[in-house]
Amino acid sequence: MTGLLTLFYKELLRFWKVSLQTVLSPLVTTLLYLLIFSHVLESHVQVYSEVNYTAFLVPGLVMMAMLQNAFSNSSSSLIQSKMTGNIVFMLLPPLAYWEFFVAYVAASVARGAVVGLGVGLAGLWFVPLTLAHPLWMLAFAVLGCAILGAAGIIASLWADNYDQMAAVQNFIIVPLTFLSGVFYSIHSLPPFWQAVSHANPFFYLIDGFRYGFFGVSDVSPLLALTIVATCFLALSLATLLLLKSGYKLRK
Amino acid sequence: MTSRNCCLQPELVTPAAIEIHQVHKRFGSVQALCGIDLTVQQGEFFALLGPNGAGKSTLINILAGLALADSGRLAVLGHDVRADYRQARRSIGVVPQELVYDAFFTVREMLRFQSGYFGIRNNKAWIDELLERLALTDKADAYVRHLSGGMKRRVLVAQALVHKPPVIVLDEPTAGVDVALRQSLWAFIRRLNQQGHTIVLTTHYLEEAEALCNRVAMLKQGQVVALDTTANLLSRHAGIQLRLKITPPCLPDALQELSCGRDGEVFKLSLHHHAELENVLAVLRESGVEVEDLEVVKPDLEDVFLELVKS
Ligand SMILES: Nc1ncnc2c1ncn2[C@@H]1O[C@H](COP(=O)(O)OP(=O)(O)OP(=O)(O)O)[C@@H](O)[C@H]1O
Ligand SMILES: [Mg+2]
Repeated sequence: MTGLLTLFYKELLRFWKVSLQTVLSPLVTTLLYLLIFSHVLESHVQVYSEVNYTAFLVPGLVMMAMLQNAFSNSSSSLIQSKMTGNIVFMLLPPLAYWEFFVAYVAASVARGAVVGLGVGLAGLWFVPLTLAHPLWMLAFAVLGCAILGAAGIIASLWADNYDQMAAVQNFIIVPLTFLSGVFYSIHSLPPFWQAVSHANPFFYLIDGFRYGFFGVSDVSPLLALTIVATCFLALSLATLLLLKSGYKLRK
Repeated sequence: MTSRNCCLQPELVTPAAIEIHQVHKRFGSVQALCGIDLTVQQGEFFALLGPNGAGKSTLINILAGLALADSGRLAVLGHDVRADYRQARRSIGVVPQELVYDAFFTVREMLRFQSGYFGIRNNKAWIDELLERLALTDKADAYVRHLSGGMKRRVLVAQALVHKPPVIVLDEPTAGVDVALRQSLWAFIRRLNQQGHTIVLTTHYLEEAEALCNRVAMLKQGQVVALDTTANLLSRHAGIQLRLKITPPCLPDALQELSCGRDGEVFKLSLHHHAELENVLAVLRESGVEVEDLEVVKPDLEDVFLELVKS
């Protein structure tokens, strides 16, 4: 257990040492979204009848920030270790592949939680929020960060350089988070785009997370949780198999 | 279990420090290792020598689990590096050839993490001793990225030793380290060897290998071309060289077959043993040749190395 805990602690310390970049900067970016979108769209966008737009927006932005930062944490840490070669310090000791997995995913969840908490607290300044179902909220938050943490491991194992890594982030992760209903309820979309949104796993994360706050959602929270949990299990299995095989780590 | 063990020969009970059997490794079109067989016994001070690209680092990386062999078996203290990787990795400490470090952390943080990865919680006393022995005490709280190349290399040595591994493998540990610190580094490693640690090193400073190691393997293009004690290699391969200055400056016919060149007035003869010296002098005396100057040059590992690499 000491090996796993040490690796987890190292990962925490790593992002904490550069918290200006890893915590404060995503906080500021997300708050800018909140400021601009809530101001411009407040009177134009109709979401749930009982929820005003800014209140609707805050949980979406919290989740988006959590997902993007969870992904950033594992992916940037691993790709840096791979490119600079210091990954050997983690490959030489008797760390099991699953310990590696748990430590990196847990650190991603931690980074996501810190950023999410920051955005959420700042959001309270714009609009009062209540938690209808805190445990549902927590379940989607943790699963969301864990999914993206695992995805970050896969992406950084696959990528051979920083450019490929940035491509995954900019062409897959960011579009998927933006198009998941952070800024709108998918019921306001034409039927075709509604159907497309249902194929995006991030949609269920955001929708379920929002359910935790308002007790209303686009799809049933149980369905959302099932889909999200299945995604997490599938991605974890894939990550574990890659790590076990030594894919692009042990030549 | 005990009753069965007591009937075995002692060498069957204590496993070899390192056992390598028929290891092959290919990178694309490059056959980096072709059929390496090597056994290093516990307590040895062993050198792995060979020209650039011979496959030394590849072999070490496979032994450490950093790379995977295409075929063959490797074990550290009897623990297979694939099937029993946890025990194998606990038994071995590796100083990698590349100067790698983590830009986020200080020397002490790196050493604490490395201890933790090996399951050691409180390692302060040993970390302090390592820092002291490797002359890094005053750099303990400096970021590794701010250290000089030689200091970074010593941090790598310290990291390899945090878990007091019984088998220590050093891939060019002295590259870029200054003379004084190289001496103290070797004194430290030698002491570890005396305490029972098995040492395997690669180096391109052959005088280091000659002074320290009791056995040598030479690799060339992925194959072991020589494997023997240092003393045997020296005597078997390069014999000794005799440098003569004589009057008249004309080598008797009987000695022509020993000649290996001429350097101005100096004739160079190559002998296999010191015993042949007597014969040479007898021939010179009989031919009425007077010896003005005589020098016996002993070969060093560099001569053996060049001879093996050339052939
Ligand atoms: N990751 C890799 N990808 C492709 N080829 C490799 C890789 N690692 C090593 N090689 C090749 O394998 C061969 C052996 O390399 P290796 O690093 O083991 O040599 P070495 O004996 O350690 O040399 P040196 O004394 O320069 O350190 C070389 O031809 C090298 O180009
Ligand atoms: Mg090498």
